[in-house]
Amino acid sequence: MGKHVVVIGAGVAGMEAAGRLSRNGLEVTLLEKESVAGGHINDWFRLFPDRRDSNEVREYLINLSSDPKIQLKTGASVDKLTRHGSSYLLTTDAGENINADAVVVATGFSLFRSSRKEEYGYGIYENVISSADLEKLFISGEIVISSGKAPQRIGIVHCVGSRDEKVGNLYCSKLCCVTAVKQAIEIKEHLPDSEVFCFYMDMRMGGALYEELYREAQEKWGVNFIRGKVSEASETIDGKIVVKVEDTLAGRPLKMDIDMLVLMAGMEMSEGGSKLAATSGLKTGENRFFASADHHFGSNISNLEGVFFAGTCIAPMNVTETISHARAAVTEVMEYFSNNNR
Amino acid sequence: MHFDPFVIPFNIGLYFILIYTVVRCITWFRDLSRPDKLRLQRGFFGRAFGQSLKEIFMESLLHRRILKTNLRLGYMHMSLAFGWFLLILFGTIEADIFSQSHLNAPYKAIFFKFFNPTHGQTEFERAYSFMMDFILAFILSGLLLAVLKRFSSRVVGMKKTTRLKLTDKIALTSLWMIFPSRLLAESFTSGVYGTGSFLTGTLGSWLNTFLPSDHLAYVFWWLYSISLGTFFILLPLTRYMHIPIELFLIFMRNSGIKTGDKTGTFSEVQTYSCSSCGICIDKCQLSSSAGINSVQSSYLMKAIRNDDDVFNIAHNCLMCGRCDQSCPVGIELMPIRMIQRREGEGNGDMRTIWRGYFRERQNPALVRVPEEPSFGYLPEKKFRQADVLYFAGCMTHLTPLIKNAMVKIFTAAKENFYFVDEDGGVCCGRPLMLAGQDREARELINYNSEIIWKSGAHTLVTSCPICYKIFKESYHIGAEVLHHTQYIKRLIDDGSLRLNYSHRKVVYHNPCELGRGSGVYNEPLDVLSFVAELQNTQFDGPNSLCCGGSLGNIKIDTVSRNKIAADVTAELTACNPDVLATACPLCKRTLANATDCQVADIAEIVAGEISLIQRKKSRISVLNIRELAEIS
Amino acid sequence: MDKFGFTISKGRQINYDQNDRRIYNYIIENEPSFRNCIACGGCSGSCSAGNFTRFSLRELNILINRGENDLPRTNLKKCMLCGKCTLICPRGVNTRNVVFLAKQAFKRFDSYAF
Ligand code: SF4
Ligand code: SF4
Ligand code: SF4
Ligand code: SF4
Ligand code: SF4
Repeated sequence: MGKHVVVIGAGVAGMEAAGRLSRNGLEVTLLEKESVAGGHINDWFRLFPDRRDSNEVREYLINLSSDPKIQLKTGASVDKLTRHGSSYLLTTDAGENINADAVVVATGFSLFRSSRKEEYGYGIYENVISSADLEKLFISGEIVISSGKAPQRIGIVHCVGSRDEKVGNLYCSKLCCVTAVKQAIEIKEHLPDSEVFCFYMDMRMGGALYEELYREAQEKWGVNFIRGKVSEASETIDGKIVVKVEDTLAGRPLKMDIDMLVLMAGMEMSEGGSKLAATSGLKTGENRFFASADHHFGSNISNLEGVFFAGTCIAPMNVTETISHARAAVTEVMEYFSNNNR
Repeated sequence: MHFDPFVIPFNIGLYFILIYTVVRCITWFRDLSRPDKLRLQRGFFGRAFGQSLKEIFMESLLHRRILKTNLRLGYMHMSLAFGWFLLILFGTIEADIFSQSHLNAPYKAIFFKFFNPTHGQTEFERAYSFMMDFILAFILSGLLLAVLKRFSSRVVGMKKTTRLKLTDKIALTSLWMIFPSRLLAESFTSGVYGTGSFLTGTLGSWLNTFLPSDHLAYVFWWLYSISLGTFFILLPLTRYMHIPIELFLIFMRNSGIKTGDKTGTFSEVQTYSCSSCGICIDKCQLSSSAGINSVQSSYLMKAIRNDDDVFNIAHNCLMCGRCDQSCPVGIELMPIRMIQRREGEGNGDMRTIWRGYFRERQNPALVRVPEEPSFGYLPEKKFRQADVLYFAGCMTHLTPLIKNAMVKIFTAAKENFYFVDEDGGVCCGRPLMLAGQDREARELINYNSEIIWKSGAHTLVTSCPICYKIFKESYHIGAEVLHHTQYIKRLIDDGSLRLNYSHRKVVYHNPCELGRGSGVYNEPLDVLSFVAELQNTQFDGPNSLCCGGSLGNIKIDTVSRNKIAADVTAELTACNPDVLATACPLCKRTLANATDCQVADIAEIVAGEISLIQRKKSRISVLNIRELAEIS
Repeated sequence: MDKFGFTISKGRQINYDQNDRRIYNYIIENEPSFRNCIACGGCSGSCSAGNFTRFSLRELNILINRGENDLPRTNLKKCMLCGKCTLICPRGVNTRNVVFLAKQAFKRFDSYAF
């Protein structure tokens, strides 16, 4: 057909979409703002729920998207999207203009900047880290605190930047509960003698095999779960973190010295996505993610004809859901072309 | 002619209002406390008297302060008040020199033209008539503005105008009719007799060409008298009562009487002195940002006068003090609001009687004091000797950057300090006080006072302006209370703290409790200009904005707070600063959630610029850039 | 017959149908955000009063919601109105006003003096 599709963002959704589009015989340009493709999955060590090596998924995606029909351009972010007749003109930050017959927006998510919750001390106390920082430690193979020693007691704080009216995010990021459980298990794998405490408001283990993982964390690894939103964290002279939280099930405030505090940063609309929405007239919802045309049967469809959404640019999703969503986006693109080509 | 029945309405009204005002003032005077009575007597017969007369002239007649804030609105008030005053003054003189007798009844002056229709023949008389016409024209121009303002407040440059109740409407109508009917009455009479000057004369002779002026003149003299009479009789029920009462207020204030913490004569007099000018509404961010338009001081004053239940209104206010600062009548709005908060729900101890013409003190409701104190659970006090105490404040525990910065500063300055509430302390008591719960606040004050007192410290430093204000005003602790900005300024001045200069652009948001609340304006700016490139905004100083997070307002929801914060950050970051600086943990948190610009406390900025090489304390004072600029 | 079968002692059970919900209703009428509480304990975790004594706003919230007013009635006065909880609450509950209104409601409906 000779049609050309531009996919914005080469993360899980973008790579999956690009690969499937090229398999359908389309020319694809895959734009990535970073220097390499892969997105957040590059920073993750293992994936829930089965703790498979993230490299396996990355390899799958690279294989899928390594096709002569796909031109990958890294270091390119899209400033603007304008309609010209039946096609779109994309302007990159480098000033390059690219024509597209259809566009797949796969700009993904950004992790919540944990320093915005000042009371948790991220960026202030050395031993307060985010979930992404912990993955880096896992990749490095060494879990140590600022003193160079292995932490004895680790606290994990759920819902950092999600379900929090104070930072303007009312929604649940959906994946951080299971990430917390996964990371808790991994910590115990690395440091069998350590104690791990998860501080949660609700355990949201709704995905396939999540609940089983939760149970495994208790049964096999002895991870502790305390129901209460952490209110503040402070630092002692010897670099320990003191968390203040109410153990709501015991009905009493609880104070605990912790060697390392891990914040489960939530997912937010990516900066690139917000910029694109502002310059190109793509609608966003109250949660600032892109707004789909219909929640049930039009979740890939945007308010601009020929522009489709794939993956976490519309809402938090796990890898499995992201891949399915990207495939669905491809179906929408194909249908769009066949309808417009008669 | 010496009398005509049409003057009767006017006479009734005039004598009524005179007697009413005198009786009212006497009852108020009787209600004053003994010391205040003495103050007022001294004020009346002492030097304050001249001051009061001057102020009455400048404010009640010329409306200097309103003129300063809003020229058109000021002109409107001035032309009505000052013009009317001139009309009465020169009218009386006119009646005195041109009538047959001296010392006439007031109606003779007011209706001079009716009783002396032929007046205006000689050169001198004509000149005098010209002046009287001129004054009338002056008033009418102001009246025109007032009428237009009713229909569109933008005419006088205001965003909002005040709302009216029925008696106000009737009184307003009669007020509006007074001068036009005088104009027409005089014109018709002048038309018949061929007198009158450029206004009444011209209009009169023209009307006379096609109207039965003689009969109509009489009708309008009646109308003029009735309008005056109605206006005077309704006066005590309306906001126009502020005209006579403000005179009394000025005397009281100049005698040194203060609002105090309970309803009393002075707070009553103040609520009656509100002219409903609406300037406070224009200043209020609850109105401009959050669209809340029922709680501002102007409405509070009205609700108190009407004896409505003001409990919710009183609590729905940021206590930012912006209105207090700008009220042209100088009403102590914050203390009056605090009184209403303390009095509790429907507990106001005043009662309106005689259909609103009088108010009476009620027997205060019986308040049962509970046996045990509210905070009996507080542990034994721990003391520690130190030179300087640091009291971070509850909120500061949620902004660890500020807390850490202060510890770093104390350490760098080699201060012997004790961090009183390091593990979470007892609240300073101001939030309770702001909620009108003084007795409870007092318990906390006593608890903290003892800790501070016994530590033997000479200085108490706090990071929270809310704490600062109450430490300064309600604690008796024998230590000097400093906000950390003041303390840092001293450390810089005496050389204990060496700082680098950062080239970051900063703007300063002045917290309400620190600026307007406690009068600390310069030190924060001095410190900032010492370490960074300070950009001035129109909100430095007493005109600063409220961040919206104020503890003073227990009622508003987060949405409204966010709206205020968004508007404030938009204003303050308009010049694209690198850092939006403030000096309050609550302001910091509120503003930080509303902008992408970095928000930091002055202490953080200072701590980030501490020179690694701390030299020995020098006695030579380090001049800051501001002072240098002033010297050169 | 009482001797047989299971009886749950009155003191243990929340008798929802008979409990006095006026306090709760008064609060939500004047401060609708009170409905949003999810009993996360953020407020009580940082509470200035809870630092020293048994006092949990989360607990009082939930008890008032169920009409179990006895503990809230006598315990509310421990709050210092410091406002930390309001800054923390992830659900945007105007917690200070909740305490304030609850005191008012107890005065009004139970003639309780604070
Ligand atoms: S998934 Fe869990 S941790 Fe993440 S926002 Fe939802 S409830 Fe909070
Ligand atoms: S309180 Fe002061 S500013 Fe407000 S309407 Fe009255 S006189 Fe004007
Ligand atoms: S103190 Fe501030 S919030 Fe309160 S009425 Fe005055 S201007 Fe408005
Ligand atoms: S912090 Fe808010 S939501 Fe959580 S228990 Fe307290 S009031 Fe309820
Ligand atoms: S306001 Fe009351 S309930 Fe809230 S943190 Fe302070 S003392 Fe605790």
